[in-house]
Amino acid sequence: MNRILKTTAIAAAVMSVAGVAQARDQIRIVGSSTVYPFASYVAEEFGATTDYPTPVIESTGSGGGLRLFCNGGGDDTPDITNASRRMKPSEFERCAENGVTDITEAFIGYDGIAFAQSNANEQMNVTREQIFLALAAQVPQNGELVDNPYTRWNEIDSSLPDREIAVYGPPTTSGTRDAFEELVMEAVSEDMEAYGGEGYTDIRADGAYIDAGENDNLIVQRLSENTDAFGIFGYSFLEENDDSLIGSSIDGVEPTPEAIGSGEYPVSRSLFFYLKNQHSDDVPSMYEYANMFMSEQMIGELGYLKGIGLIPAPEDLREEARNAVESQEQLELSDLQ
Amino acid sequence: MSQSFDEISAQLKRRHRKSARLKWLSMGALGLAGLFLVIFFADMLGKGLPAFQQAQIRVEVTYSEQSQQLPLAAVNEDVRELVSRGWLRTLPMMMRDNPQLLGTSRQEWVLADGQVDQYLKGHYTRLDDDEKEIVDALAEQGRAELQFNTTFFSRGDSKMPELAGIMSAAMGTVMTLLVTLAVSFPIGVMTAVYLEEFAPDNRLTQIIEININNLAAIPSILFGLLGLAIFINFFGVPRSSPLVGGLTLALMTLPVIIIATRTALRSVPDNIRHAAFGVGCSRWQVVRDHVLPLALPGIMTGSIIGLAQAMGETAPLIIVGMVAFIPDISASVTDAATVLPAQIFTWAGEPDRAFVEKTAGGILVLLTILIAMNATAVVLRKKFERRW
Repeated sequence: MNRILKTTAIAAAVMSVAGVAQARDQIRIVGSSTVYPFASYVAEEFGATTDYPTPVIESTGSGGGLRLFCNGGGDDTPDITNASRRMKPSEFERCAENGVTDITEAFIGYDGIAFAQSNANEQMNVTREQIFLALAAQVPQNGELVDNPYTRWNEIDSSLPDREIAVYGPPTTSGTRDAFEELVMEAVSEDMEAYGGEGYTDIRADGAYIDAGENDNLIVQRLSENTDAFGIFGYSFLEENDDSLIGSSIDGVEPTPEAIGSGEYPVSRSLFFYLKNQHSDDVPSMYEYANMFMSEQMIGELGYLKGIGLIPAPEDLREEARNAVESQEQLELSDLQ
Repeated sequence: MSQSFDEISAQLKRRHRKSARLKWLSMGALGLAGLFLVIFFADMLGKGLPAFQQAQIRVEVTYSEQSQQLPLAAVNEDVRELVSRGWLRTLPMMMRDNPQLLGTSRQEWVLADGQVDQYLKGHYTRLDDDEKEIVDALAEQGRAELQFNTTFFSRGDSKMPELAGIMSAAMGTVMTLLVTLAVSFPIGVMTAVYLEEFAPDNRLTQIIEININNLAAIPSILFGLLGLAIFINFFGVPRSSPLVGGLTLALMTLPVIIIATRTALRSVPDNIRHAAFGVGCSRWQVVRDHVLPLALPGIMTGSIIGLAQAMGETAPLIIVGMVAFIPDISASVTDAATVLPAQIFTWAGEPDRAFVEKTAGGILVLLTILIAMNATAVVLRKKFERRW
């Protein structure tokens, strides 16, 4: 009996703690799972080397992060959101509607998307068009769109290996998938007459493309089990597993940090985070965090983030991005269009 | 006698064969389940046990003005890449707090870089050949070795595998479960007492009963959405806090506790109640002094099992923001925190290969706690259970 009374008392105490609203000194960050490893590295450094508490970072995906970020200017909304693509104009407008008008954009560097396989195979040279033909739901044949008939790579081009088409890739919620659709599927199909100049991004659903979930490690594991298959994932996972995987060269360019950084490697994307300047009074430490993120020791050529897979931007772009953050430059809709 | 003796004995043989077959089949099923369990545990132990050891190297540490500015200068150039950068960066603050260190230098065991750790454990490593030679030489002189990994049990998450620990997630789990217990236990038990001992049996209580049984079977992610809508958006409870996680899990645990308590109350024979009424007790006295104490072991067992279930839950906690990167050990239920299964989920997604053993090590810790909780439930039941 006493036990019950005691627990009731504890419950009441807990509830009363909840009632007291707290001022916040901890930065709250949401957003892309691709930027997450870099952001959490900086956050940890920030917590360990300053007297501020370590920022809280949730990995919600780029779209999910911007949705939370644009929910309003209140104290319970995130201060920073990470994105593995640029904010869309529609997202900017939604932000503005909800009163989030003063945003600063920070460009931190690049990430490449690897098209890799087990290193039990020879390296494959493939073009974006060949990848498109292997994975699109409908492909043009004799001027008409038909359901994708290809089951083996060498049916697309005789230079490709005689192997079944099997590709492990991310699901539709992933930013990696967004980028892949944009940089490969759209880019190729816009130049094809059969699609009428429109980007075509439907990926075939007959089993050749295998949705392998958000966890890139799973794709890596499966590639060593199924040596015939290919995988689509972020470059940092290729770098970390270079003892078992080999990246295909795309349009004749090998996936190296230099080629990705210079934009030569065609499937690379820019990484960003966005700061909500309205929170500058409530959470002043967010600028110290942002400046630490933008410093040479993090995103520079010899920075720590390079060691965990970030591909640094050229020096002038880094400098420009750093100045934008330091001066809290306000993002305009016209910048995004 | 229409059947001959032969016919009957053939029939008997068939029946015996049938029952023998069934026996073998069920033993096979048990064996298969056991085999899966053994394979799972062997895999986890094989991968996870190395996580409980951590490479340390003995180096000369110089506490000078220069190393206060540039921590890298505190150790010799040849081992600079081999010590943990996470340890190096704490030097300036350590010297600030202990000024007497300034100007001294001494031999110390320090945390090695995660890659050295992986190399000493014989795993894949990114060290180059020169660095491997240095580590080999150090190991031969007894200046590099695997020691018990206190970091793993005393620190929070980190991007550097050598610094990553399970403690912040464990504290988060403890606080979340305390909130869950504090909310769901009293409400659940009181609801069950009312429904079982006081409520009339009419259409309304029948509908309530059906709904409680339904709630117990609802996918947990829905409780997460409910928690987000009610606790965070409406009541303004801080996101990612053990408080909101605990309240959400309490919603999930409530039906389990209610059902367990009702079963326990029902198993107390009516004789007890009749006898108590017979000597003039009120209904409340009967419940408080006689029925509840007898039902308590059953209630406790049900609650512990409900809590163990809540402890393994991640889906609803993703929605309320508890799957996050938390290096600090949170001190109150309103601080941001994460829980053990969420920590395991986070580590499983890390690109760095050294996190494979951390993931398995985390699973071992979680399993140990779960087994301990379930064993407590069994012991409580065995010790206090009364048969009528």
